[in-house]
Amino acid sequence: MSMTLLYVQTLNGLQLGVLLFLIAAGLTLVFGVMDFINLAHGVQYMIGAYLAAMFTAMTGNFFLGLALALPSALAFGLLLEFLIFRHLYDRDHLDQVLATFGIILFLNQAVKVVWGAAPLSVPIPDALSGSIRLMDGLLYPVYRLAIIGSGLAIAVLLGILVSRTRIGMLVRAGASNAPMVSALGVDIGKLFMVVFGFGAMLAGFAGAMVAPILSVEPGMGDNLLILTFVVIVIGGIGSVRGAFIAAILVGLVDTLGRVFGPMLLRALMDPSAASQAGRALAPMLTYILMAAILFFRPAGLFPAKK
Amino acid sequence: MFAKTKMLLPAALLALSSGALMAQEKVKVGIMVTLSGPSAVLGQQARDGFNLAVKTLGGKLGGVDAEVIVVDDELKPDVAVGKVKGLLERDQVNFVVGPIFSNVLQAIHKPVIDSNAFLISPNAGTSNFAGAQCSPNFYVTSYQNDQNHEVLGKYAQDKGYKKLFLMAPNYQAGRDALAGVKRHFKGEIAAEVYTPLGQLDFSAELAQIAAAKPDALFTFMPGGMGVNLVRQYRQAGLADAIPFLSAFTVDESTLPAQKEAAVGFFGGANWAPDMKNPQSEAFVKAYEAAYNSVPGTYAMQAYDAAMLIDAAIRSAGGKLGDRNAIRAGLRKADFKSLRGNFKMGHNGYPIQDFYLVQAVPRPDGKFQTSIRQKIFENYVDVYAKDCKQPN
Repeated sequence: MSMTLLYVQTLNGLQLGVLLFLIAAGLTLVFGVMDFINLAHGVQYMIGAYLAAMFTAMTGNFFLGLALALPSALAFGLLLEFLIFRHLYDRDHLDQVLATFGIILFLNQAVKVVWGAAPLSVPIPDALSGSIRLMDGLLYPVYRLAIIGSGLAIAVLLGILVSRTRIGMLVRAGASNAPMVSALGVDIGKLFMVVFGFGAMLAGFAGAMVAPILSVEPGMGDNLLILTFVVIVIGGIGSVRGAFIAAILVGLVDTLGRVFGPMLLRALMDPSAASQAGRALAPMLTYILMAAILFFRPAGLFPAKK
Repeated sequence: MFAKTKMLLPAALLALSSGALMAQEKVKVGIMVTLSGPSAVLGQQARDGFNLAVKTLGGKLGGVDAEVIVVDDELKPDVAVGKVKGLLERDQVNFVVGPIFSNVLQAIHKPVIDSNAFLISPNAGTSNFAGAQCSPNFYVTSYQNDQNHEVLGKYAQDKGYKKLFLMAPNYQAGRDALAGVKRHFKGEIAAEVYTPLGQLDFSAELAQIAAAKPDALFTFMPGGMGVNLVRQYRQAGLADAIPFLSAFTVDESTLPAQKEAAVGFFGGANWAPDMKNPQSEAFVKAYEAAYNSVPGTYAMQAYDAAMLIDAAIRSAGGKLGDRNAIRAGLRKADFKSLRGNFKMGHNGYPIQDFYLVQAVPRPDGKFQTSIRQKIFENYVDVYAKDCKQPN
């Protein structure tokens, strides 16, 4: 039993990791390239989910809905950048935190006004509605495998984009030394906007992908945002590769720790004490991981070279 | 006679000075429920249920013109205390009806019972106010919080289940829920899993459930957590293999989002929309016509709260100032409850029947819970014996 359970939980951890990566990739670039703390990044994830829910309901087809949701999420991200964020780049971090926190509050209420407070649901698309039997009595939805697959594919594409293309080169250069890139004649404002819009779209994509398995509700991005910050700090701010490895690491530690932590404790102490301790320990594991990594590598696993 | 005039004079002066000469001819009810945030739908049901009752009674309660003031507690105890003081001091309400959530109840209980108003809870029913801290100014039209969980524990025991898997969010109500189930279930507990409050992806827990192979799952996952758990439980193929027992997880507030995924899942409740009695059938019909949604227990209990107030004022002969007569009327609870069998216990908590309910689809495409069997009859909560009020 315990071997198959381990495989299944590893898949679950992988899925969480992939989702975290999709959100973290945008966040780490925005933070790394623009030195801009965007707490409202989790809101982009929520907006993506709501847009997917709305367009899927309109068109009756999830893939069409997804195809419409992505450009809309991009447009929404650019709109926010144009209206609010670009006025904050030169301010200090505290101003950025306050302003983007205000955006979280505002948009969480706004989606309630537009779509209502009750959670929305999106049906799993027929083409991916099957499931496979991974262990006795448990079916694993193919859709969850599709999330893992699409997330990994985007990771590879993003890796190529950042390390092999001209725009990727500019982004990396911006992360290392933005004033120098600007001095070399690159329109850094435009570069920021592209990065920002792209990051918003990736977060929106993550939201759209989870819409069929999670309920779409106000504030759904707030919990993930904290884990996302843990991911980019572990991975090294500004590094897409670091974000990927850290996201998978955090996803696995969080999932496996939650399940097997209490089991291990039960072998060591009596059951009621184990369940007490497990309850307290499991949510801490990712933060213990972060503390341990920062102890040995204060700038994260793969810091952008300064 | 002399004493009476002596009491009336200051009251009349007060009424004159505030310019509200007619104040005593109206009964004022302050409704305090949660109307914002992800749980707003519960408060909306309670508000709508109460308003429907007042409408049915022709805008009167106990024959006296009624004014209903609705406020949102925002699910924040500190906000609730401020707003309830506004209701008591500025609006001078005779009754406060609320709240939905137990943590808000803990906060507003004392300010209200120490005032001139009565507190009627249409949902939250914590153990402390049912037992040692019971009060003659506090009445509950719902249940004691543990009871809905006890229904499933008793059902699992009677059904002969040997092994239960328990899962709840890691906070006070979650731990209380699992304690409630274990009060009646004496078999083996396969595992007791506590998830972080607000967790939405249950894939890791579902794999654990499948591995443990229990006879049934009991869970308490209110709101959005329940919506996600139910859908993922169905997607994982566990729904057909392991019965899903729950409380506050599959009900009329979550079914609009859970839809087909919840069909066949069990819950514990004191009422369901298909309750067979004339007053309940009329209520469900009127509610659906007015609000275009299926009423849940939240709406039913608030409707009954209005009917309880109506009966109390009526039995006091419409004299709102006679607090002892009103109190006696609240205790007597001489009204036709939508759930049929209903008595007020000496601790102000109901003595009523509890049922196993199951989620079913309806011909009109909506979903509701349906009564399957009676689990408890005339059930008194376990804390009532600690309440030292006279019967």
